[in-house]
Order: sequence, then structure tokens, then C-alpha cells
Amino acid sequence: MPNENKITQYERFRVYADKVLALNNDSLEKTLAVALSVCFVCAILVSLATVALRPLQIDNKMLDMKKNILDVAGLLQEGVDINQAFDEQIEAKLVDLETGDYVENMDVVNYDQRKAAKDPALSVAIPTKDDIASIRFKAKVAKVYLVKKGDDIQSIILPINGYGLWSTLYGFLALEADGQTVQSINFYDQAETPGLGGEVVNPNWRALWKGKKVYNEANEPALALVNGVVDNAKPGSEYQVDGLAGATLTSRGVSNLIKYWMSKEGFALYLDKVKAKG
Amino acid sequence: MSAILTTETKKVLTSPLINDNPITLQVLGICSALAVTSQMSTSLIMAVALTSVTACSSAAISAIRNHIPGSIRIIVQMTIIASLVIVVDQILKAFAYDVSKQLSVFVGLIITNCIVMGRAEAYAMKNPPLESFFDGIGNGLGYSLILIIVAFFRELLGSGKLLGIEILKLTKDGGWYDPNGLMLLPPSAFFIIGLIIWAIRQYKPAQSEKPDFAILSIAHGEGGHH
Repeated sequence: MPNENKITQYERFRVYADKVLALNNDSLEKTLAVALSVCFVCAILVSLATVALRPLQIDNKMLDMKKNILDVAGLLQEGVDINQAFDEQIEAKLVDLETGDYVENMDVVNYDQRKAAKDPALSVAIPTKDDIASIRFKAKVAKVYLVKKGDDIQSIILPINGYGLWSTLYGFLALEADGQTVQSINFYDQAETPGLGGEVVNPNWRALWKGKKVYNEANEPALALVNGVVDNAKPGSEYQVDGLAGATLTSRGVSNLIKYWMSKEGFALYLDKVKAKG
Repeated sequence: MSAILTTETKKVLTSPLINDNPITLQVLGICSALAVTSQMSTSLIMAVALTSVTACSSAAISAIRNHIPGSIRIIVQMTIIASLVIVVDQILKAFAYDVSKQLSVFVGLIITNCIVMGRAEAYAMKNPPLESFFDGIGNGLGYSLILIIVAFFRELLGSGKLLGIEILKLTKDGGWYDPNGLMLLPPSAFFIIGLIIWAIRQYKPAQSEKPDFAILSIAHGEGGHH
């Protein structure tokens, strides 16, 4: 009878457990038994929590990413279903950074550029002299997002990252179809000093970027943060954004990462091709 | 409730608030008190996370206290605490994603928070589970109280906000308040905690420690190198 068998198994376990519990605490057997059973119970607890909660966590991450992309595209509205708004208005594309061409034969939805940047097979090491954004590695393929009206591109949303004072800042830069005029910028992952460098997320500061130009007449990336407040009447101010007060190193980091990602190392080739088409 | 809340549980619940506060009297858990208190919202979540970890780990350790071999006592406590912290971290990532992003490593660092270990070693190893649970809650609340006071001043004076809601309009947004940037940096928490300790010890002089050395007054014409 399997049922009776179960009971005896359990009882046998009980007898054995009682024997172990009755041992002297400082004996070798007891020490090993306690160590093993504590590890066993804790391991089960931790595994249960991670496995049970993983789907929720992945959803949160995806949702957060979509929210950031909608935000930088200026399409984020209160009370709108983020998944639906994203699927309807945003198109993800993969770009080969070496050539600036679209990559069609890869899975766009599941491609994770940040993960790829850490994978030796999918990334390239950046030579120290070129590594002005201090990121050391970049993914060979970048994931960009397009907002289209019919066939016309409304915004080009480019992933950017670079080192600030304490942390690598990850964000998006949204450009108009001319590949030159900034629509918006946001940083979704950073750990700069709250209130100083952390003001990179301040909506008022982010609003200063709108309408700024990335490339100068020589077609070099010229957009940068400058100390103090930019006088918009002065010539050259279209390439300048107010630096963050009290955060010189974060400001320098932001300038560097813009310069890097807008150069030929970054998205310059891709942007040239978009411009040529459109 | 009255059956559960005996005099002993009432004592372990309330005494860590001021009389035996883990931060101001025992001076434990200072490092996270510096790190997470630049905003009220992160402090509140940190307070809840630490309180629940302290309470549950104390109860769990107390439940098996008679069977923990002395030689591996600390590592058994650490294993239990670490597991609970991972669970809390996972729960935050699943249900409070934005806050968990801001707290980043500090939730994980609850493992090294001296308050949790301190209570396990000082109380849970010697007392029954229920009392240990309340002792954990009490100490967690004592920590929370200081954290929230510090965060209140840091967020208000540093960014003119409370819980992210604007209270003092900043000059850079066209208001009158010029924020104190120091308040946003961790050292400011040292000053605030110092002031709180000073205030509590003025109110309860018994908490002041006796100086380790008395400074001798030197008679005229003696001492010093020439």
C-alpha cells in the first residue's frame, strides 16, 4: 500500500530527525546537519522567490523601457496603456554600427543591446584613445526606434550611454528626421548624485535640449554642455546646452557620450544614410 | 491583541524607538542611513525592507536557536539574513520597480546592516521567536524613525520637496528657495544624525557615555616640550 509506506517513510524520517536534534550542538554531526539543512531551506526559499517573481520582473523591465522610449518620443500620456501605445506608434530596428545599415536577419524584439555590449561575440572593444564616453565595449548592433507617420520618419530614437561621475548613464536621444535637430533626451538608468548630477532626469533641464543641433557646418558632432546658462541669441548657441549646476563631471560625461555616439564610431554613418533616403 | 502584547513585547517594541535606538544609542546601521536618506520615498521603502528583514530573521534564528552550533553561529545567521534580503529584493523588483531602481544596491546591503546581525546575536539567540519577532520590529521602527527624520530634512532643504511633492519653490524654477546642495550629499546625514543624538542626550542625559579619558589640567609652568 503506497499510503502506508508513505507514513512509515515519514516516521522513519521523524525518528532520524529526533536523533539528530538530540545530538550535542557542538558535535561534528550536528554542525554538519544544521549547516546543510539551513542551506537547503534557504536555497529553496530564494529559488522559489526568484522563479515565482521573474515573470513580473521581466514585465516591469519591458514596461519601463517602453515608457522611457515613449517619453523621449514625446508620446507618453497619462492613463494610456503603455504596451498598446508603444506597439502602435514605435518601430524597433537593428542597425549595424560599422556600416550604418539596417540588420534584417536578427530577432528585433528580443535583442538586448546592453547585454550584447557585454558579450565578447557581439561586441567590440573600443580603443582607449577613442573611448571618450568611457564605456570600453560597444555592441556591434544597436537597437534604434523610429516613430513614423505613414512612410515618413517623425523621430529617430538612439540609445546612448557613457560614464558620468559615479555611474554609467544609459538613455535615449530623439532626433528629427533630418538627423540633426534634437527633439528630446532622457536617461533611464543612472546613479549620479541626486539633486546635482542626478538632475539629468529633471524635465526642465531636459526641455532645454529641444531644437538644439547635433552637427556643425563641418559635419562634426558639436553639441555639448557648457558652464552656466546659454544665451540663445548668441551664434553657436544651437550647439550648447546649460551645464548642470554643481555637477561638472556629470556634465562632462554627458557631453562626451553625445560626442561619442554622434561620431562615426556611433550613429553618424546611420544618420547619413537616413538623411540620404529621406 | 492584549494576549500577545505582554509587558515584555511592549517593552521590546517601544524601547528601541528612543531609549535604546539602534542608530542614536547603539550607533549601528549608519552607512545605509547616510546612503538612502536623500529622498523620503527611498527612505520609507528602505525602512519597511529593513524592518521586515530584521523581524523575520530574528524570528527564524530564534526558532532554531537551541540547535545552532556555536562554531558556525554567525554564518548560520548570515545565511538566513541573506536569504531573506534576496527575497525582499526580488519582491521589490516585482512590485515596486521604480523604487527598487533608486535603492539599487542598498537593499542588498541590508545583509551587512549591523542592526540585523546585532539583534540576531544580542536578542534572538537568547529569546523565544515571538519576542524576537517584536524585537526585530521594534528595532526596525527605531531605525525607520531616524531614517525618516533625516530624509525629511535632507529632501526638504536639499531639493525643496517632500515625497517628491514641491514644498519650497526653487530659484531655478522661478521660486525663492535656493537649495542647500550639501543636504543631497551623504555627509549631511552625519550632521543631522549628530544633531539628533545631541538632542536625545540633552533630553536623556543617562545616554551620554562617560569620556574614556579625563583631560588633565596642567599646572602653571609644567609640561610641554621645549
